[in-house]
Amino acid sequence: MSSLLEVAGVSVTFDGFRAINDLSFEIGAAELRAIIGPNGAGKTTFMDIVTGKTRPDEGRVDYGEPPRSLLRMSESEIARAGIGRKFQRPTVFEQQSVRDNLMMALRNDRAPFGVMFWRAGEADVDKVGELAEEIGLADELDRMAGELAHGQKQWLEIGMLLAQDPKLLLVDEPAAGMTLGEREHTTDLLKRAAETRAVVVVEHDMEFVRRLECKVTVLHEGSVLAEGSLDHVTANQDVIDVYLGR
Amino acid sequence: MIGRTFLLRHPSVMVFIALLALFTVGATVLSEGFGIGLISTSFVKTLGKTLCLCLIAIAMDLVWGYCGILSLGHFAFFGLGGYMIGMWLMYERTKSIVVEQLDAAPLPPTPEEVREAIGSQIFGVVGGSDIPAIWMFADSLIIQLALVVLVPGLLALVFGWLAFRSRVTGVYLSILTQAMTLALSLYLFQNDSGLRGNNGLSGLQNIPGAERISQDIVSIWFLWASALALGAGYLFAAWMVSGKFGNVVRGIRDDEARVRFLGYNVEAYKLVVFTVTAVIAGIAGALYYPQAGIINPAEIAPIASIYLAVWVAIGGRGRLYGAVIGAALVSLVSTWFTSGQAPDIPLGFYTIEWVDWWLVLLGFGFVLVTLFAPQGLGGLVDALVRNRQTVAVPPAAAVKPVEKASEAT
Repeated sequence: MSSLLEVAGVSVTFDGFRAINDLSFEIGAAELRAIIGPNGAGKTTFMDIVTGKTRPDEGRVDYGEPPRSLLRMSESEIARAGIGRKFQRPTVFEQQSVRDNLMMALRNDRAPFGVMFWRAGEADVDKVGELAEEIGLADELDRMAGELAHGQKQWLEIGMLLAQDPKLLLVDEPAAGMTLGEREHTTDLLKRAAETRAVVVVEHDMEFVRRLECKVTVLHEGSVLAEGSLDHVTANQDVIDVYLGR
Repeated sequence: MIGRTFLLRHPSVMVFIALLALFTVGATVLSEGFGIGLISTSFVKTLGKTLCLCLIAIAMDLVWGYCGILSLGHFAFFGLGGYMIGMWLMYERTKSIVVEQLDAAPLPPTPEEVREAIGSQIFGVVGGSDIPAIWMFADSLIIQLALVVLVPGLLALVFGWLAFRSRVTGVYLSILTQAMTLALSLYLFQNDSGLRGNNGLSGLQNIPGAERISQDIVSIWFLWASALALGAGYLFAAWMVSGKFGNVVRGIRDDEARVRFLGYNVEAYKLVVFTVTAVIAGIAGALYYPQAGIINPAEIAPIASIYLAVWVAIGGRGRLYGAVIGAALVSLVSTWFTSGQAPDIPLGFYTIEWVDWWLVLLGFGFVLVTLFAPQGLGGLVDALVRNRQTVAVPPAAAVKPVEKASEAT
């Protein structure tokens, strides 16, 4: 299996605090991966590095086929190259309709003048309809995103990510604040998305991770502590000590 | 580009254009130049200038209300547009006067003599007679008109590129734009800036080639031109924000980082909006100052750009008609109060003179709007329209979504 994303020897320091310490791992092209770890393990910083928000002090981040370094690309270039990110807090454009949110995310020309003259075609409208169906918001297309319930906003954001049609999806704590039913729906969404692309889920909640039935990477103090199936890593004594034991 | 479906889908644009046309026809009929003479020529000029201020308010609303960039530099672009057209007006007018004078001399004047005479006429007040290099195209209306667009546009492009690529945002960007405005204003105050220092350019109401036509008529021409520019500017702005571009720009205002992670180059969008609005401001200025008759560096001072922000805030950010309402209302009321037309209020021990107290009143009004109508006066219009619409909707439509939801379960 060729890897889609390869992180090698990455370190980053904030004011003397080493948030990421010689981190190395790989993610395959159509893989669902969970990243767990205690607070301050570097999960969010890892996402910031991959999406271009934070520049590492050293190391390599290569992506795609043939591999390209992400370190010289801007956030928007990385996003256009096919890496989508879902934030911990649902961030949708609250003052715009669900339809407009999805339309904006749809994979189309992103250059200012192209966008100025762009008007939605039939294919775009159909695509938005399909996406809305998939995330369960087909009846809410004309509502303002700000009026949606918390769980619906999370789905809308996932829908926006799917609209971008990314090759790699980074999802930060998707189940936070969701009810049991909403969690099941979210698990299905992520599993289905991972059939055709790589999905990396950062999650605190062990129950949710178990539901995903995927390979798990445990981070601790900015580097990989253990990797494997959930049962494998939860049996690891180091993991029990730093994370589960508490 | 702007089709019929666009107008049908945005009725507020049609309403605005209709009102503007009505206003222009009304003012023409009442004017001294073409109508029954009920309103004076100077008031026609005030109305024409107000239309130009409405146009720059639209530009401000685009850049601030829609894109979230509180620019305190747009009046500088407005002033630059005025200076560019002012150079042609002043040069040509002086030239015709000079040629007329020299024709009386026994020997016909050489081109050098004409140039020298123009130079000492225009720059005598700042102690010079050489025509500075920046006036080299002042003879050509076409080039000066192009400069009306190019000078503010290029300044905004370079300034915006430097500022946005460094990711300067929020209040820091406002301070930066204000610094630019202040620097430009201070530079123009210098006598050797080539634009007559604090004297500015004057006599701009005299249109070269139309000296014999009375100001009664010229003022109406400019009123029409201003109305036309405002209508076109409104249409263009409404079109620009109606589609996905508008959504992206509003997204940048609300959550810049999110837009970036969607793959949009936020800096490029800001630069486009900043530059386009600077060009609109330049055009508005080029129409304003021939009606004002004079432009000087004080017009460019940072306070003018702050007023602009106040107009848009009072009118209502993020809605184009709000900007127009704010600019028209506040600038007209301001003219009324500061031109001595408002009756002073004698309190016995103290007399409230509105020339001094108008600013206090404006500040008070600003506070009231911020507290009680945070969406501005345009927001009140919105609320009115929405109220009428909710009354018009039959109750069955309101029940529908609930039915659908129950079907789904």
